[in-house]
Amino acid sequence: MTDGSATAPTRTSEILRQNEQTLLTEWLQQQLSAKAFRSGRLKESELREQSSEFLSAFIRALQSGKIFDPESSAWSEVRDVLGHLSRSRATQGFTSGETATFVFSLKQPVFARLRQELGRDPAALAEETWAISTLIDQLGLYTVDHYQKGREEVISRQQQELMELSTPVVKLWEGVLALPLIGTLDSSRTQVVMENLLEQIVSTGASLAIIDITGVPTVDTLVAQHLLKTVAAARLMGADCIISGIRPQIAQTIVHLGVELGNVITKASLADAFAIALERSGMTVTRLAPRT
Amino acid sequence: MLERIPILKMGAYLLVTIQVDMHDQLALTLQDDLTDRIVKTRAKGVLIDISSLELVDSFMGRMLGNIAAMSHILDAETVVVGMRPAVAITLVELGLSLKGVKTALNVEKGMSLLEDRVRGRVDGNGRFER
Repeated sequence: MTDGSATAPTRTSEILRQNEQTLLTEWLQQQLSAKAFRSGRLKESELREQSSEFLSAFIRALQSGKIFDPESSAWSEVRDVLGHLSRSRATQGFTSGETATFVFSLKQPVFARLRQELGRDPAALAEETWAISTLIDQLGLYTVDHYQKGREEVISRQQQELMELSTPVVKLWEGVLALPLIGTLDSSRTQVVMENLLEQIVSTGASLAIIDITGVPTVDTLVAQHLLKTVAAARLMGADCIISGIRPQIAQTIVHLGVELGNVITKASLADAFAIALERSGMTVTRLAPRT
Repeated sequence: MLERIPILKMGAYLLVTIQVDMHDQLALTLQDDLTDRIVKTRAKGVLIDISSLELVDSFMGRMLGNIAAMSHILDAETVVVGMRPAVAITLVELGLSLKGVKTALNVEKGMSLLEDRVRGRVDGNGRFER
């Protein structure tokens, strides 16, 4: 054993195997007193189960005599346990630091065991400590990586859902479509909005589309450009567009920025735009019964 | 043998259906033929159907614009109909929004737009007045 980081800590694995129960008890005690646990997000029984599952998998993998390698089959069980753990911690609202602490907190009881067993041989103690410490660090980092990956998956899935949810095309009347936009318009959303709108123009044969921007928080030059692109594409398909839902502040911003909306019809409210649409298709709305 | 795009006469209007990829020579031939026919038949409007085109490039976009401008000089209105969504998006992304060309969703709507325009019901921009 010349290089501690490259070889598996063989003596440690034997010591740990013999002391698995005491180790587990000590480790649990330590975790239970930690701040992350006291917040009440995790039940004690759950923590006990996770800890013993991880510890036994960890000791079995150590005994295979192979150093930690995320790809190797000897460590697949440990990987599975950690992967599952980091995913569940992510959904329970633990931070990445708290999740990694689960692994790192194993160091203290392990070192205590080693000191007890190898106390008379300082050289061996130092070497084994170094090896097991490196190993636990690697496992901790693996957990953080996995935790982050889990988070990123959640974020990208939500982004996708948001994209689909926020771009509905509504048929208001025969030949009149409404496109209530909610949220900031970036280029990828504009693409989705444009495609949805054009598909709907084809399938409903609409000749007028009302783009309502009440839900768009800010309109800058880029958003305006995206809106104009959508209008231009709809026009190429033979449908005219009305932009409605322009709030007073947005009207001011548009003028201050010098955005040229061209000859696009703009209206303050969706109702006004709809009135134009009805008028254009030669229809009027009349009251049949007197107001009650 | 020289390829040609057929020009059909329907009453006071001419109907052009483009079903093959345009190349320079074909486009020039179409411009020649179309201007000839407008003058000969004293057509009031031209309807260009591009519903079978899946790909339109900047050349095609410019050509449509040119044809519309030429017809306009000869006092005939041009309406481009049947553009596919993907084509419309491509043209907008290319920065070609075909200003000055009137558009309609399909031949039927294009025809009624032409009739309206010939009767002078719509304003000069081809758009509904505010």
